[in-house]
Amino acid sequence: MVADLDHLIKLMARLPGFGPRSARRAVLYLIKKKEMALFPLITALSDVAAELTTCNLCGNVDTVNPCHICTDQRRDDTALCVVEDVDDLWALERAHSWRGRYHVLGGTLSALNGVGPDDLNIKGLVERVHAGGIEEVVLAVGATLDGQTTAHYVATQLAHYPLQITALAHGVPVGGELDYLDEGTLTQALKARRPL
Amino acid sequence: MTPQPSSINSISLHNFRSYEDATLASIAGSVVLTGPNGAGKTNLLEAVSLFAPGRGMRSASLAEMVNDSSGKRDFAISINMSAADTDTQIGTGVAAASPGKRSVRVNGVAAMIADFPSYMSVLWLTPAQDRIFMEGASDRRRFFDRLVLGLFPDHAGHVARYEHAMRERMKLLTSDGTIDPAWLSALEARVAEHGVAAAAARRETALALQPLIDAQTDGLSAFPRAALAVLGDFENLLAKGLPALAVEDVARGALASRRTNDASTGRASYGPGRTDVHVTHCGKGQSADRCSTGEQKALLVAIILAHAQLIASRLKRMPIILLDEIAAHLDADRRHALFEIIMHLGVQAWMTGTDRSLFSGLDGMASFIRVNNAQFNVE
Ligand SMILES: Nc1ncnc2c1ncn2[C@@H]1O[C@H](COP(=O)(O)OP(=O)(O)OP(=O)(O)O)[C@@H](O)[C@H]1O
Ligand SMILES: [Mg+2]
Ligand SMILES: [Zn+2]
Repeated sequence: MVADLDHLIKLMARLPGFGPRSARRAVLYLIKKKEMALFPLITALSDVAAELTTCNLCGNVDTVNPCHICTDQRRDDTALCVVEDVDDLWALERAHSWRGRYHVLGGTLSALNGVGPDDLNIKGLVERVHAGGIEEVVLAVGATLDGQTTAHYVATQLAHYPLQITALAHGVPVGGELDYLDEGTLTQALKARRPL
Repeated sequence: MTPQPSSINSISLHNFRSYEDATLASIAGSVVLTGPNGAGKTNLLEAVSLFAPGRGMRSASLAEMVNDSSGKRDFAISINMSAADTDTQIGTGVAAASPGKRSVRVNGVAAMIADFPSYMSVLWLTPAQDRIFMEGASDRRRFFDRLVLGLFPDHAGHVARYEHAMRERMKLLTSDGTIDPAWLSALEARVAEHGVAAAAARRETALALQPLIDAQTDGLSAFPRAALAVLGDFENLLAKGLPALAVEDVARGALASRRTNDASTGRASYGPGRTDVHVTHCGKGQSADRCSTGEQKALLVAIILAHAQLIASRLKRMPIILLDEIAAHLDADRRHALFEIIMHLGVQAWMTGTDRSLFSGLDGMASFIRVNNAQFNVE
């Protein structure tokens, strides 16, 4: 096989949800549909590469830094929703049920996977809370074991501050990840959040 | 309300284990499978066991279940079952496109493995379990956790979670560098939460089973009376009458105080993973591991039969019982007593053996199937 092609397939195969087989199929498709799929994809990828950054404040990805959610005047400054990853933030935004701001941790604690507190943006969260003005922190992490451990850990780090710490209500299936929930369930879980 | 009978009316296997395509139709009552070694009897029982949550009675991987001489990567099992006068078609298997994931269909609609308990309960006793009294505590615990799962569908989730949290804790304790105590506390809180939930379910199952075992073996001398005791760090605290939340507090404290010790030995010296299930043969006042092979088997049969009654009374539905090689260690009296109890309870039992004559007590009262080379012949 042409070396370039082989290289591309290898890169694609490393993407989440892809394997060597689906990578080969996707690449073949892109080559066959150059005008319709490959060129627009190249443009989109280079646009993203050029313009997207991670928000220094909340960890969201956007074309501006701080992101549009962090600078949105209509949002509630006193409430902060802590999520594992950006896709969870997107899921909550799709559900249109959160009017406060966000904080993206960037994963969950997992000793077995070598992810410790310093690998997550927990320091940034404590700094934001320390700066004052936040009255409620919602720990909207998944109901997985690692998610719950992370929630517990984060709650301990915030324990000295005068604020309410809540968690998503049970409605989140045991072992469930936030991103898989439909918008209705997510809204319900957020509305019925409970003190931790 | 009396428990509803529930039974499988037909089963089809495609590319599963030694089977290419085989169907067993119009099954009436209990099923006796006989045939030579390697005929496919246990494989068929395993297929039925896949309709309980989990990985079936062999705890095998999906890849092991695919017929390895077919060159294909998919398999499918489909059953038609009746419970409460309603027929349900349930299928499970893997598609070649996603060999790592088991799919489930109920009446043609996509469903989940977690949905099985709303249609049926499946219990089993296999020759591999015959030795659990001689082996380590983990085998007995696994055997018993299966029983608990029949009553508490969340049990497997709690066990998986405390095990995961314990592994995380041990990984942290044995890693070099400074250990974050808040992280350890967060993990120990999970161990306490899920471990105590699991311990409470184990205790409740044992307490509910005991009177049924007693009643069943009372007077019916063919089966020995088993006394069950679930002993564990959390179970013992619950047994003292401590409320679950108080036990969680004690558990967190105890785990925290053993960090240094556990770090140096690399083993958890406390926690839900140390729970053991003690079984005593009451008639002899002897611990099960001291009993003969046949006596141990009889104790297990007594427990499984009591469990079937427990499922029936709690879920208002009879379970299906898989008894692999059941005749092997039971003498003629016990065999006949077993058949009588099965008929009396009205459960559908699936039994295997190499020799047809071992099941003569069931003549005319069960479906006799001769299995040969992964083919069924109804007798
Ligand atoms: N994935 C597989 N593909 C093909 N054949 C398999 C697979 N797994 C197991 N077998 C074969 O299936 C055959 C039947 O096994 P099974 O355990 O059902 O026999 P059995 O009838 O219970 O015999 P026994 O009386 O010895 O217990 C065995 O020869 C085994 O090697
Ligand atoms: Mg067998
Ligand atoms: Zn932001």
